[in-house]
Amino acid sequence: MPAFLRTFSAACIVAMSGMMLPAVSVSAAVFSPKTFTLDNGLQVVVIENHRAPIVMQMLWYRVGAADEEPGESGLAHFLEHLLFKGTKTVKPGEFSRTIARIGGRDNAFTSYDFTAYFQRVAAHELETIMRLEADRMQNLVLTDEVVLPERDVVLEERRSRTDNSPAAQLREQVRRALYLNHPYGRPVIGWMSEIQQLTTENALAFYRKHYAPNNAMLIIAGDTTLEKVRALAEKYYGPIPRRAVPERVRPKEPPHRAARRVVLENERVTLPAWSRTHLAPSYGADEKGTGYALEVLAQVLGGGSTSRLYRKLVIERGIASNAGAWYSGDGLDYGEFGIYASPKAGGDIDALEKAVLEELAAAIKEGFKPADIDRAKRLMSAQAIYARDGIRAGPNSIGQAFTQGQTITDVEEWPERISAVTPEQVMAAAKAVIKRESSVTSILLPEAAK
Amino acid sequence: MNIFRIVPNLIPGFVIAAVAVGILAPVKTLHAMDIRKVVSDKGIVAWFVPDTSVPLVAMSFAFRNAGSATDPDGKEGLAAMSSALLDEGAGELKSQAFQRALEEIAAQMSFSAGRDTFTGALRTLTAERAKAFDLLRLALNAPRFDDVPVKRIQSQMLASLRQQSKNPRKISGRLWSETVFPGHPYSKPSGGTEKTVATLTADDMKSFIRERFSRDRLIIGVVGDISEEELKQRLDSVFGDLPAQGPKFAIPEIKPAGGGKTLIVRKQIPQSIVVLGHAGLKRADPDWYVALLVTRIFGGGGLSSRLYAEIREKRGLAYSVYAYLSPMEHSALLAGGVATQNARTAESLSVIRAEWRKVAEQGITAKELEIAKTYMNGSFPLRLGSSRGIANMLVGIQISDLGMDYIKQRPSLIDSISLDDANRVAKRLYNADDLTVVIVGDPKGIDEKR
Repeated sequence: MPAFLRTFSAACIVAMSGMMLPAVSVSAAVFSPKTFTLDNGLQVVVIENHRAPIVMQMLWYRVGAADEEPGESGLAHFLEHLLFKGTKTVKPGEFSRTIARIGGRDNAFTSYDFTAYFQRVAAHELETIMRLEADRMQNLVLTDEVVLPERDVVLEERRSRTDNSPAAQLREQVRRALYLNHPYGRPVIGWMSEIQQLTTENALAFYRKHYAPNNAMLIIAGDTTLEKVRALAEKYYGPIPRRAVPERVRPKEPPHRAARRVVLENERVTLPAWSRTHLAPSYGADEKGTGYALEVLAQVLGGGSTSRLYRKLVIERGIASNAGAWYSGDGLDYGEFGIYASPKAGGDIDALEKAVLEELAAAIKEGFKPADIDRAKRLMSAQAIYARDGIRAGPNSIGQAFTQGQTITDVEEWPERISAVTPEQVMAAAKAVIKRESSVTSILLPEAAK
Repeated sequence: MNIFRIVPNLIPGFVIAAVAVGILAPVKTLHAMDIRKVVSDKGIVAWFVPDTSVPLVAMSFAFRNAGSATDPDGKEGLAAMSSALLDEGAGELKSQAFQRALEEIAAQMSFSAGRDTFTGALRTLTAERAKAFDLLRLALNAPRFDDVPVKRIQSQMLASLRQQSKNPRKISGRLWSETVFPGHPYSKPSGGTEKTVATLTADDMKSFIRERFSRDRLIIGVVGDISEEELKQRLDSVFGDLPAQGPKFAIPEIKPAGGGKTLIVRKQIPQSIVVLGHAGLKRADPDWYVALLVTRIFGGGGLSSRLYAEIREKRGLAYSVYAYLSPMEHSALLAGGVATQNARTAESLSVIRAEWRKVAEQGITAKELEIAKTYMNGSFPLRLGSSRGIANMLVGIQISDLGMDYIKQRPSLIDSISLDDANRVAKRLYNADDLTVVIVGDPKGIDEKR
């Protein structure tokens, strides 16, 4: 899939330079987006939705925490904060004050493979937000005066999210243990000691290296039209020059040969928790479509209270207070498949682990009832209709696809592909991915009596 | 790409702790919204907005005088536990069968116990509406409360309570409520205590719903792809057989207490959690809108309040800082919060106190007022992007008894507020000497004041 995406962009650059591109209508399965590409390589997507007089702009950059150099963890996220600190013509803080004045909402977020910025405003304010967002794609101005207090803010953010929470600390350690070589093992927010070292120069260098129209996707959803968006995109984003951006080639994982085990004991834990996370293929990095089968597997094995693990462990055996499974398949390079459980009050964690592994082995040996798989698939396919109830899901899904090696077609066809998954594919995916040697078992415990 | 699931490992850039500044803030563009009052044969009233843009139906409803504040003494947690068990078996369908039936049609049903109201929501594909409404009918009229799911939910609630007892945010919230509402039902934890939850039984829950799910308490909002005639029939089927009236639960009015206290719960965590506030204004107060504007300027959502500028932008003291109005049925609060590393918590607190004093003594500026007005009037449509958003709004308008023309009237109520009004209300509302402060952590240089 990444190959297809690159080919598409390149074709546009060579063949269409200087011409207005025709809008390509993609399959109408879910969001029915329309798309075109500016001369400078910025791909623009429009999702019309005239239900309420509102519009949403999302700008997705193909850069995230996994694109940082070793030793500068947290830089992608730090830069995201700093994009609110002003440009040559917009004073620090003025961006958000302008959005507030027009009654809008704005925010941003960072993950391993992307950094995304968004605003939601009344439809007639679309030009304001497109002008402002385009401006900060190339005109960011940073000084120590605004950067250093913001670094303190990020340190507080880290304390809030991670350092004040034993469960979050353990999750951070699990990632470090799961990825032997790939940067997905770092925390997106960064390690404390490395955030403290980040400078204005680091941030500006990262900005110049990665923020370019040809490394981004602009998505406009809501009460507008393709023609309006095209005119505004050409006016504000069009003049921004294309720049060379680095290829996203990250270190690969070597073969995983030893199961890992991470245990955190803390006096603030009262309810022990057990989980096992396996390295898995992601949608974007797997040509064989294993992701769809893993998605169905996660649902039927551990998605909610009718799933196999919940039924067996919580309802029938009564050994767990909660149990389930999940698949995270959106990463550009790798995905993860996880299983989790918590013991009943006063229950023993070792007995719970034994029970979970027994049920998991039994499920893989016996397979699932076709009726259970059908129900799981129907439930997931129906999400496509619910996703259209509102303007956020479309830009979110398509932006993630773009930055993580998938295409708009992949998003639009997701329900169909889920529907097409067979019980055999589910079992084959389970056997391929649920392997001890490529897993990290994590255990959260109350502090042992001393 | 799973279009439904939340992105894992995502670090939102600027999430300000949920700031509930009032339920509603309408705007001029919404006159066109077609709100109808539907009355069924059995007299069930619903406000309804027809919408065929997506093939689904969303319904929100609330029972007033039925929230956790009505939990009998010694049975704290009853409303919460009842809300968790309504979809765990009803009519002939036992727990697993009921859950499967919901999954078969991909319907989404939820219940929640607030302090004053007990709320529920249903979202269904239009094609499956008959089954979905029927499942809701069963859940409200004939929940089973079988022993096995009751025991399971009870043990999950107990586990969660034990966990919360070590969670700094929960600890601060509990102590704050106990301090400002001593002896009042609002001081009691809505999820109960380990002692009370352990004693709750199926009979308690049966009497809970018998006494509280009465038609005189009921408020309903519906949006979506259904005809008015059919909606009437569905309303009768779901709600028509509930008792016309139930006993009234007397909750006394209470003025928040604790003024001037500073309470510290010592915990060895890197960041102190601070909650503070004093009396606010009730929704029906003639100064409500003025207070809403002033509080928005002072510490409201978004990235542009005074607290945000002073605490976060200028000093880097916190990731999240906020203040909000919290109107209740029988009291009202103006509350705020911040989380800062222990060494600088005193500084955060003194800056917040100084700002609190400043807004009372010096008021706000004309420019701030103007911006807050355009925000309030411009932001309203953003709530109307989804069926659920509209359905919730329909319920909110009815609960606050704002009238069907409220949306039309609201902009002029906002626009007519003068700077004198704002400064008069700022002086009336903000009283730095009256602040009750609760801190959980290891803050340096702050003394307790009991």
